[in-house]
Amino acid sequence: MKVGVIVFPGSNCDRDMFHVLSDVFHFDAQYFWHEKSLPKNIDAVVLPGGFSYGDRLRAGVIAAHSPIIKDVRKLAEKGIPILGVCNGFQILVESGLLPGVLLKNESLNFMCEWTNLSVENNKTPFTKKFKLNQKIPIPIANGEGRYFVDDETLKELKKKNQIVFRYTDKVNGSLNQIAGVCNDDGNVVGMMPHPERAVEKEINPIDHKPSSLIFESLISSLGVKK
Amino acid sequence: MSLEPQELEELKSKIGRDPTLTELQIVAAEWSEHCSYKSSKKHLKILPMDGPLVIKEKGYDSGVLDVGGGYVVTAHIESHNHPSAVEPYGGAATGVGGVIRDILSAGTRPIAILDGLRFGNIEKDKQARWLFKNAVSGIADYGNCLGIPTIGGEVEFDECYENYALVDVASVGFGKKENLIKNHANKGDLVILLGGSTGRDGIGGSQFASDSLESEDRSAVQIPDPFIEKLIIEAILEARDAKLIHAMKDLGGGGLSCAISETADAMGIGIEMDVSKVHTRESDMVPHEIMVSESQERMLIITSKTKLKKLEQICKKFRIGCSVIGIVKNDNQMHITQGKKTFANLPTDVVANATLLDLPSKKPKYLQNIENDKKLKIPNLKKSLLDLLGSPNISSKIWVYGQYDHEVGIRTVVKPGKDSSVLRLDNGKFLSVKIDGNPKHCYINPREGAIGCFEEACRNVVCTGAKPIGMLDHLQFGNPKDPEIFWTFLETLNGLADYAKDFKIPCVGGKVSLYNETPKGPIKPTPLIGVIGLIEKNPLIPVPITSGDVLLLVGETKDEMGGSEYYEYIHHHIGGICPKVDFKSSKNNMNSVLEIISKKLIKNAHDCSKGGLAIAVSELCMTNNIGCSLKIDKISKNKLSDEKLLFSESHSRYLLTVPKSNLTKVIQILKKHNVFHEKLGTFGNDSVTFSKNNKQILDLRVDKAQKIWINSLRDLILNV
Repeated sequence: MKVGVIVFPGSNCDRDMFHVLSDVFHFDAQYFWHEKSLPKNIDAVVLPGGFSYGDRLRAGVIAAHSPIIKDVRKLAEKGIPILGVCNGFQILVESGLLPGVLLKNESLNFMCEWTNLSVENNKTPFTKKFKLNQKIPIPIANGEGRYFVDDETLKELKKKNQIVFRYTDKVNGSLNQIAGVCNDDGNVVGMMPHPERAVEKEINPIDHKPSSLIFESLISSLGVKK
Repeated sequence: MSLEPQELEELKSKIGRDPTLTELQIVAAEWSEHCSYKSSKKHLKILPMDGPLVIKEKGYDSGVLDVGGGYVVTAHIESHNHPSAVEPYGGAATGVGGVIRDILSAGTRPIAILDGLRFGNIEKDKQARWLFKNAVSGIADYGNCLGIPTIGGEVEFDECYENYALVDVASVGFGKKENLIKNHANKGDLVILLGGSTGRDGIGGSQFASDSLESEDRSAVQIPDPFIEKLIIEAILEARDAKLIHAMKDLGGGGLSCAISETADAMGIGIEMDVSKVHTRESDMVPHEIMVSESQERMLIITSKTKLKKLEQICKKFRIGCSVIGIVKNDNQMHITQGKKTFANLPTDVVANATLLDLPSKKPKYLQNIENDKKLKIPNLKKSLLDLLGSPNISSKIWVYGQYDHEVGIRTVVKPGKDSSVLRLDNGKFLSVKIDGNPKHCYINPREGAIGCFEEACRNVVCTGAKPIGMLDHLQFGNPKDPEIFWTFLETLNGLADYAKDFKIPCVGGKVSLYNETPKGPIKPTPLIGVIGLIEKNPLIPVPITSGDVLLLVGETKDEMGGSEYYEYIHHHIGGICPKVDFKSSKNNMNSVLEIISKKLIKNAHDCSKGGLAIAVSELCMTNNIGCSLKIDKISKNKLSDEKLLFSESHSRYLLTVPKSNLTKVIQILKKHNVFHEKLGTFGNDSVTFSKNNKQILDLRVDKAQKIWINSLRDLILNV
């Protein structure tokens, strides 16, 4: 199962994500530089975290215009599973592949801490192995992680079941405590917390099993497709 | 920013003529205290720098340790004090950038940052609060963007830093031994400047840092750009993997002047460079400005002509500048031209080796009676404990490290907020790193204080099960030309050397920062010691304490209140006996704790330091949400008063949390090593209670303590 990890100038969680995909979950992971194109036979794509273009102008906005985003868009339309984590989520939002925006945290500070998520939609390729409302201990690390949409879009998101993860506590002022959303079809998922930092027992002080289900869900989704 | 008159004469006699303006600027930069270490270098040799794990190569800016399995760890420490005192955000950020490039220049990937921050009294002084807040933001914005975790550090406030700031940054790198850059160059090789453009920022920065801070010269502060630094890191590591780098050096203090002269001198080569080839930010820069600019995010690389094309391709991919600025010669000259016109032509050994000084020293007068004890009126112990828990030096630093990405890189096994953070390495081993300083102790007794900082950093890594394998020292003092200050410098150095030799811990990197003076006078002696510890197999990852677990104290509590937080924060008294490390018990205690950890007999080990036993026990209880009732009758061999038992900051002490079933085994090991120890009590309930002679002398609800300890620092900052 071939998973592409897209590397933008300033990505810094690409190597962590690659390690988790290949060494922990045994995907055939490959890096793709943002100026290259994506092969048609790719099974899934991950946009990792970091500071693409040093967060200039606004987190993710310059990377959203990278050449590779055209291919990501095509794959998204074909229903290929696409996951954006942290800066990857910001890029997906800025490129219009996901609704909403990510604003500065309420504290106006960068925040690095462990939080708890609740799974709100277990139908996506990244959440299908979760029980609804299952809890996930997972770290966040961002300065612009406060999710926001207008009232109309929020209604739409709720109606179409596009809210994938919520924080169980008020963490950063995110609207409706939203931590992750998906597109209308459910194949494109973006989340601010870092699953790649939570799936190994050695570095997860709480429980590494719940976040592992994100990658196990992907394995099971791709398996079904084949 | 110029040479002293006698230095100018010396330069003239060495080159046999008057120097040109460009030459004068180059030499002034390189002979500055900051670049040449002229006041300290003679003495630094007493530190042991060799050891079985130390790898030495010419021209390295960082220390290299062999950690087995074909892997190495690199480490270095730097400060950015003068710039941070003027422009804390940029000063602190560029401090991170500089030390990162030192790690990179050995050919290793930076995997961790630690920072030690010191400011004036933030409770009273709004300027100190502003400096603190912005220095933290500078470090956060830079380190977070690079994706290098900031895994630890320390923050301290003391009136001696009023209107000033000490910003120290240590970094650790990791890589394969075979990928280390073995600095070499042949005649005809190309000299390349890679990275950001050269501008007028930071001109004269090293001379600025080599003088007392009188005018706020903001143009001497460099402007940070972490994005460019990140691109440089990735480009250089890609070039390293493709074996395109023959030699490499970071551009730091003294800019090109320093990098060119030191590289040439270390490798015994000459370099001819043309300033018109340097990619600049401004069009009208003159040769000497280009030579001494300290613009950040630049690296000097030497490679062969055949490898240039591949290197240029990599730089193009990352869209960073890559200019061929010169060529390697075999004449040991540093020849600077602009086009065909020569602006400087100097022997590299003259530039790179300033005449070393042997400054006079004299024991300071203030030390004569400072260790005499003074009778102090004892306030309410419980109130003192609560006040200490909420004091800026002791309260939780979560407001600081919560702004640093300490997880990126997915190596952080033990996270910040504990005794020492632990990183996992690719060879299956673990690295534990800690930095410690204590100017309050060092002021009262420079020698014992410095040894104490060293031991404290060792204790912290030992608490994670790591054996110390290397140390970094950062020696920060006032004006060295004052014999009393220079005396404290020498005492500090001697103390550190004695401990390092006795414990066979090599010094793998260091830095000296002098002329740290505030409008009110010199700072207290502030050595900062970093210790790198290696864990072969099992780190001690703290396990939650549960009711019934036993608390043991290893090490003796002595009448050593001088420089304690209790004396200084509660009583505003500077004086008393400074804690002294007894080498023999230090070693025995360390070895026994390591043996106990390796046998997996305890749930956690916690160092007893600032604030003494009362604070260390409170920290354990607060972080584990559990109470503890302890008897402190027998923790000292002598009869000490209650407040001394509670708040003395004696060294070599560890708190061990032992499950009841392992107690006998643990005590057996302690007895075998002939270690002073005492069973303090048992965990349970929701209060910490201390008793003596069966009488309760202090009790404190854990939840109440938590509230104060966790929130105080944040509340203080947000109320600016």
